[in-house]
Parts: sequence; structure tokens; C-alpha cells
Amino acid sequence: MNNTQTLAKTASQVRRDIVRMVTAAKSGHPGGSLGITDVMTALFFSEMKHDPATWTRDAKGQEAFILSAGHLAPVYYSVLARSGYFPVSELATLRKFGTRLQGHPCVTDSLPGVFQASGSLGQGLSCAAGIALGKKLDGETNRVFCLVGDGESEEGQIWEAGMWAAHHQLDNLVAFTDWNGQQIDGPVDNVGGIGDLRDKWTAFGWEVIEADGHDFESILKAFELASAANGKPKMILFHTEMGHGVDFMAGTHKWHGKAPSVEQSEVALKQLEETLGDY
Amino acid sequence: MKKYIDQGKLDTRSGFGAGLVEAGRKDARILALAADLKGSLKMDAFAEEFPERFIQCGIAEANMVGVAAGLAITGKVPFIGSFAEFVTGRVYDQIRQEVAYGHTNVKIASSHAGITLGEDGATHQTMEDIALMRAIPGMAVVVPCDYNQTKNATIAAAVWDGPVYLRFGRPAVPNFTDPDEPFEIGRVYKMNDGKDVSIIACGHLVWEALQAAEILEAEGISAEVLNVATVKPLDVEAIIASLKKTGCAVVAEEHNAAGGLGEAVAGVVASALPTPIEFVNGKDKFGQSGTPAELMKAWGFDAAGLIASARKAISRK
Repeated sequence: MNNTQTLAKTASQVRRDIVRMVTAAKSGHPGGSLGITDVMTALFFSEMKHDPATWTRDAKGQEAFILSAGHLAPVYYSVLARSGYFPVSELATLRKFGTRLQGHPCVTDSLPGVFQASGSLGQGLSCAAGIALGKKLDGETNRVFCLVGDGESEEGQIWEAGMWAAHHQLDNLVAFTDWNGQQIDGPVDNVGGIGDLRDKWTAFGWEVIEADGHDFESILKAFELASAANGKPKMILFHTEMGHGVDFMAGTHKWHGKAPSVEQSEVALKQLEETLGDY
Repeated sequence: MKKYIDQGKLDTRSGFGAGLVEAGRKDARILALAADLKGSLKMDAFAEEFPERFIQCGIAEANMVGVAAGLAITGKVPFIGSFAEFVTGRVYDQIRQEVAYGHTNVKIASSHAGITLGEDGATHQTMEDIALMRAIPGMAVVVPCDYNQTKNATIAAAVWDGPVYLRFGRPAVPNFTDPDEPFEIGRVYKMNDGKDVSIIACGHLVWEALQAAEILEAEGISAEVLNVATVKPLDVEAIIASLKKTGCAVVAEEHNAAGGLGEAVAGVVASALPTPIEFVNGKDKFGQSGTPAELMKAWGFDAAGLIASARKAISRK
């Protein structure tokens, strides 16, 4: 099996995890998680230099990932568990009382792999930029990745961070946008009017790369292009489909923040191959 | 009664600047971040001595908080600085999520606090910041009283494990504490002994409290002055011990009534030792333009205001 085939198998399992976690929790955000699953799978299982066995929160000697759009916690927890940061059985505790898998990521009980709390939108890119600068100050060349939502990009702080990271020439900062065109109240174009993200990020001094967020070759190529030490932070705009992989959830904002019923979940799971074993 | 001498008026923000340099010499992890107010925050000396450790963030305070959190994750000890309003109210959610809930070791240097910022008026005069920062779980809130104590509090904040809100001001105020006394976060400093009334103050109102105590002494009233340089965590035992002796108190702060030192003390006293307390604070109104002296007088943030409250507190015993 080549790399992209392996990644596809892993992504299918991650999508199963997402559906099962959110169904069991009876709440959560399945749509965005399913949409960015292929990108997150490629990042955690192919692109990013990280090692769960030696992970520490200060990210020394490793590459780091910050989830700015904290409601995408289900896909984040799944790829962390499947990478070996904590037992996959713990995925069953999502959103349950006493869990380390809070509704949005937190660091209170030190869930391995999580660098920072998120959930209140627009803040993670600044934090990722700070880590990127910290690495530069320490003479490290490792990159820092950050996932931003397209709807989230309506937050002004995203653009404060954008201006600042370019000014400080943080070429080890690789942000990527889940450009699915949907947010909780409807299509992004109707709700927030963020316009053309290509032009905006280019104007902010970033190197902009576009890719198909459901094509592993395209995803990996984009990450490769984003590795250049050229004095510019990178923004990969991944074209994605919210709810991708489950036909009745795909392409709509209606599953942004709603859990499927047990019956709907069964329908969804029939569309997703169990490849690595359910937790 | 112990007498304190004004060693010469200095601004507390300069105490911060001096403390930052000293802390920076001891620990290379210490960084300073400014949002276009490097000069106002007295970070110039630090930036000159450690140019690679000074990070300019421009007029974008929200991003500055997040950047500081990221730097702290990598093991740095960042001090972010701006005017009190812009480093609390403007970025409350960022401090809450990225710093406090995120358990990042960020120090918040807050200058120009209260109305004594003066002529700029109410947009720049916050008297809500202590309330905001007190409300956040795990946040230490430090309000030193003069230049020397602000310098030493800065050094203490640098080695404190966790976020610290360090509040100081713009105008030159009397400098009267021992420059060599190390600062302990979480300690109440008893300035003198008294038996009739406790005057509990923070920030530069501690000096006004000492002036009030001297005047009251001449009238035969013995006032004990407590310098609550750490509003949170509050040294409850020190406050209760004083009130057991005096039986009444005045709490004075350059801050609104809601959520400040007065409510912190009242909350403790109400459950441990119900005692008459009078409050000197910003009541529930915004500031306005004026000289610091004019504003201090108008708000009763002076010895005269404290004396009137002390008499009232004693009368309620």
C-alpha cells in the first residue's frame, strides 16, 4: 500500500471515530471535523515531525500543531489518539463529566499532544505565531502548524496575527484554512463576507498555497511547498466540504454543531470503512 | 507609630522598568512585549540591554496576548505591557483562554491604572481592571504601593509560577518603602501597629493611608495600616488578625466598588469576623480629565477622604 492509500484508510477510521464520539456525546461538531479529516490525517500521519513518546508541552525538538478552531476537537482527539498520544479507548469519554477530552481542547489535565486551550475563536494563530517565534529564538527550524476556520477568519485577531507574523518573517509558521464555505448560521459568503482569502493573505505578506483538501497528493504537495525558508509565513487554503464522507452531512452547515441520532449514526458508519478497529 | 519618609517622588511604572531589567539579567527566558507603548511602560532600558528579547507587537493587544502565550509554551517568561484598560478589558477573553485557562506563564504589566492617569480622561482611566483579573481562576493580582515595591514586585512576578497581573500607575508618587525588602506575592505588609481602626489599602493609596494615620494619631486615634500589595491570593489571616484588634476598617483603592479590594476584604470579613467597614473607592462612575491631584481630591482618594471614613467606621463599632 502506498502512502496515500494508507492515509485514506486511516482517514476512514478517523471519520468513524468522529461519528461515534459525537453520537455518544449527544452533542458536538461533526461537520467541520469530517471535512478537515483528510488534511489532519495527512498532517499527523505523514507530514508533521512529532513523537508521542517524547512529547512535552514546550514542543522542544518537535513540530507543533495548534487548533485555533477549537470546535474541531473530535478530529483532533481522534488523530492524537490514533497517533499514540493517549489510548483510543479514551475517545469514548468525549464531553463526559471528568474527561480530559473537554468539548473544546484544554490543557488543565494535560492531555498529551495538546499545546493550548481553544474554543473562543480567532486566538490560536497568535499563539502559534508565538511558538514559531520561540522556536526561532531557540535556533530551532521546526515548523508550527495552525488550523483556522474560514468562518473563524471573520475574527479581527486573525488578521492582527497575520500582519504580525509576516512582519516578523515567521517562515516556520504554516497555517491552513478549512475553506469549506460554511459556518454555523449558513454559507460564509452570506454570513460574514470574508471575500477572497487568496487576495487577503497575499496582501498580508503571506505565501499562499491552494489545495484540494480531499486529495492526499494535493494535500501533501501543499505541505511540501509550505516548507520553504523564504522569510514568509505560509497559508494553505484547503478547499474542503463540510461533512465530507457521510452523504447526508456533506456540503451543508446543518451538521456544524449537531450530533446524529443513533439511527443516523448507523447510516453514516455504513459509509465509512472500519480500517484500524473501532475504539 | 512607625514613620515613613518620602525618599522622593517617582512613578511606579519606572519601578517596573527597573525591575524588568534586573529580572532580565537574572533570567534569559524573560522577554518584554509592547503594543506600541514601550516608552510609556518604561521598557526602553530592557529593550536597549536585551534587543533580541524585546518584541514589538504594534497596536494589536489581542495578538500580543496570544503571542506571549505561545512564547510561554516554548519556555519563555514573557511580560506583556500596556495601559491597564488595554491589557485587561480589551483582551479579557484572550487572557482568560490563552493565559489563565491555558496555564501559560505570562506576566501582565499594567500601567496608567486608575484615574490618576489624569488628563486623557475616562477612555484611558480604568477602575474595573482589578475586578476583571480577580475574577479569573488562577490569576495573581498584585498592586504595589510605590516605586521600590513595584520594582521588587516585578522581580517576584518573574519567578512566580503562573500568570500575574501587576498593576501600577503613571504619576510620580511618594517612594517610601525599603528598596531592599524582597517582595512576596500573597503577603499583606503591615506598615504600623494600631488599635482603633485598620486602614487597608493598595497601590499609592497606602501613602495616603499613612498620612491619615499620622493625622489621626494627633487626635488620639490609633490606626493600623495594612498594605495589601497582593489582592489575590489574599492574605486572609493578616487581615482578620488586624480586625480582631481594631474592630473596624477602612478599605481604600483607586478602583471601582465592584470587584475590587473592598469586596475581596468584605467577602472574607463577612464570613470570618463580621466587622464595620467603610469603603473609599471609585463608586460606580467613570473618571474624567484633570490633574492627578484634582482627581484624587474629587474622588476622596486622599488622607482627608480616608480620615472621614475612619471616623465613620469607628463610630459604627
